[in-house]
Amino acid sequence: MTKFVKSNEAVVIGALYAGCDLYFGYPITPASEIAHGAAKWFPMLGRTFVQAECETASVNMMFGAAGAGKLCMTATSGPGFSLMLEGISYLAGAELPAVIVDVNRAGPGLGNVYPEQSDYTPAVKGGGHGNYQTFTLAPASAQEMCDFTIKAFQMAAKWRTPAIVFADGLQGQMMETVKLPDAELPRPDFSEWAAQGEAKTRQNLVKSIFLDAAAQEVFNDHLQRKYEDMAVDAMADTYLADDADLLIVAFGIASRVARTTVETLRRKGMKAGVFRPITLNPFPRKQLAAAAKGRKIMTIELDAGQFADDVRLNLAKAGLGAESANVMMIHRMGGHVVTVDDAVKAAKMILGK
Amino acid sequence: MKTIEQKGMYQKFPRSGKDTRVTHYCAGCGHGIVNKLIAECCAEMGLQDRTVFVDPVGCGVFTYYYWDAAHISAAHGRASAAATGVCRARPDAVTIAYQGDGDLGAIGFNNAFQAASRGEKFGCIFINNSLYGMTGGQMAPTTLEGEKTTTTPFGRDPALTGHPLHVCEVFSQLQAPVYIARVSVADTKRIMQCKQAIRRMFEIQQAHKGYALLEILAPCPTNFRLDPLKAAEFCKNEMEAEFPLGVFRDVEKGIGHETVDERRGESSRVSSSASVLAVNPVPQVASCAELFAEKEAVPPAENDPSVHERRFKFAGYGGQGILSLGLTVAEAARFERRYTLWFPSYGPEQRGGSASCSVVVSGTPIGSPTVEHPDVLVCMNQPSYERFVDDVKRGGTVIVDATVPITRQPPEGVKLVQWPALKMAEDFGVPKAANTMMLAALKKLGCTGLSGENLEKALVASFAKKPALGVKNLELLHKAEAETCA
Repeated sequence: MTKFVKSNEAVVIGALYAGCDLYFGYPITPASEIAHGAAKWFPMLGRTFVQAECETASVNMMFGAAGAGKLCMTATSGPGFSLMLEGISYLAGAELPAVIVDVNRAGPGLGNVYPEQSDYTPAVKGGGHGNYQTFTLAPASAQEMCDFTIKAFQMAAKWRTPAIVFADGLQGQMMETVKLPDAELPRPDFSEWAAQGEAKTRQNLVKSIFLDAAAQEVFNDHLQRKYEDMAVDAMADTYLADDADLLIVAFGIASRVARTTVETLRRKGMKAGVFRPITLNPFPRKQLAAAAKGRKIMTIELDAGQFADDVRLNLAKAGLGAESANVMMIHRMGGHVVTVDDAVKAAKMILGK
Repeated sequence: MKTIEQKGMYQKFPRSGKDTRVTHYCAGCGHGIVNKLIAECCAEMGLQDRTVFVDPVGCGVFTYYYWDAAHISAAHGRASAAATGVCRARPDAVTIAYQGDGDLGAIGFNNAFQAASRGEKFGCIFINNSLYGMTGGQMAPTTLEGEKTTTTPFGRDPALTGHPLHVCEVFSQLQAPVYIARVSVADTKRIMQCKQAIRRMFEIQQAHKGYALLEILAPCPTNFRLDPLKAAEFCKNEMEAEFPLGVFRDVEKGIGHETVDERRGESSRVSSSASVLAVNPVPQVASCAELFAEKEAVPPAENDPSVHERRFKFAGYGGQGILSLGLTVAEAARFERRYTLWFPSYGPEQRGGSASCSVVVSGTPIGSPTVEHPDVLVCMNQPSYERFVDDVKRGGTVIVDATVPITRQPPEGVKLVQWPALKMAEDFGVPKAANTMMLAALKKLGCTGLSGENLEKALVASFAKKPALGVKNLELLHKAEAETCA
């Protein structure tokens, strides 16, 4: 079955199929359609929608609901995401699964409601306090807004971590055809650790506090090992990358600009390809290294270069120092999307054509 | 040594890192007494399996050392928000939040207040000891006028820091709470009354009756800089003078609910427009598949590289039906099994009063969603013509309403069609159908690459909620085609 929907609505569809039982949210442009969809559809399925009084409340309601062993989510955009960071740190500190959708808008401050990818660092590196990370997925279409929301719930449950679906304002607003999932996922059983108000969970304690420095360090070591282990679920895809002289690295909406740019360059006889990280954390380092070795590299991004820096870091850590040093970037900020024309020009310059 | 079993508490407190039964509370602290009472009530009522305690940050942070029940340790100020999550996730559980006067009265006041206002089904125990205990005796919203704390070393000056916050009185303004009371643990009699109140709160939660707030005045000898007896005296004399004890509301027992009913009765708004403001029953469906089922299944797009991509831009004034015109073309493309993408005027291109949308139709998966160089530009007004005409691709088409003055020609190789959409709609007596008139142009000129049949089907589908209008618009579409033939 297919449905022609706004990407933001596709998120709600995915969440419902994933078995999400509770939605907590505070409206914010350009993410509000997610709240609208949830307000209508969650109760129709006997599930719970709560309009919170602020994003701080949303994320702490999630802390309670996830702590009580249910799948839950919220959706927001930059300013709201900033407010949630404390709570996301607590979720990570208590190892609670929950999904946060950040439909990125332009910042800093109030900025505007148009697309950027400038929440990259807090969404990918763990923006709140402490040594935590999140599992972060970057969809690029309405289909992926649905599918990656489901994936985010699966990864959140598997790794007992907050997971972030990192989208942008343009993506949130656009409509595309979505093939609906074949079946609803079964609810995971969290009774081993959750406080469910039942006899079997009476001894469970959900907390992020370790007064003892040694215990806190042990816990931090455990977290870091978990984040290393998460690398098995790193995902990426490529497009015409096998024989490319120039590898364009981009995620989310920018990866679609990259795709058209590559097609345009190929029509002009220039060999370019796309590498797209699907998970921004864990970053698909091995896959990138395999695709990037010996190639010229250009990123397309809607931020100030936070993503390009992460590409450089990952190439360097993969032992590709030369490639890392030569990563070029074309980017726009403020709500503009890099045009194919501009990306083609930049690519030609790098290729010396 | 013989130990007496303490009901509802762990018999030793290993979570504290010590193999003892010693709490972390100072001698004479009200928390210790309240902790004991809560544990007793929970155990005596047989609720330990069902209870989820939401613990605060502050002196109450370690209640999970003591109470033998499930715990969730929340962020500072957020116990009421977290308790909302718990009671919504586990409606059968007994959810109890425990908060202090910094936690509830200051940083988390709105979370507590809004949870009370929503009537969340949990009990909130609010320990008021008139200052911040854990962080070193600073001023709280509940600090008494003239009271000396580490951040009011000269005594709280109302001129600079306001007056003590009366939480029960403020919450009593809300409609939803079913129980609001203030008690004290300053002496034996008060402790017995406090236990009754805690029990009442558990009863209400056991039966899931609604939100309950129990404020408990508690001495803090350490930060009062008083010995335990004098601290209890301070609590009894000074604090009670400011914060009178009593049951502010117990709806079941008919206490304090009159004001709620009165408020309801006096409100003319409720009675006069009840029909407009009705809460409708939520239609229930059994599954996602049922919820998202479509009347007519549209098959997914078909990969066909022979079909060239076409990019469309539709622009005009808000209210001219620009967005739905674009959606109709997108829907037709979907019926034709093309990859289709639609998005509304967005980003810096949107300017006051104007509306625009973009559509991409392709035989292969669509890359960049933005339409920088449209194959087809449809303009319903002058500003949008002037804004977008230079961007149209060579070989493309501009359809512009005939009322728009052509101040400059489109780029070379672009076809210009002036189409009397607004006039025809006016002449046909349906000015709102100007967008349908434009659809007639798109169909007639064949510049969408889509079949006329699918365009018509999409037009009808766009009025799915008002089928009569669909029929009418289809009629108008045919009329417009016939008229422009002649």
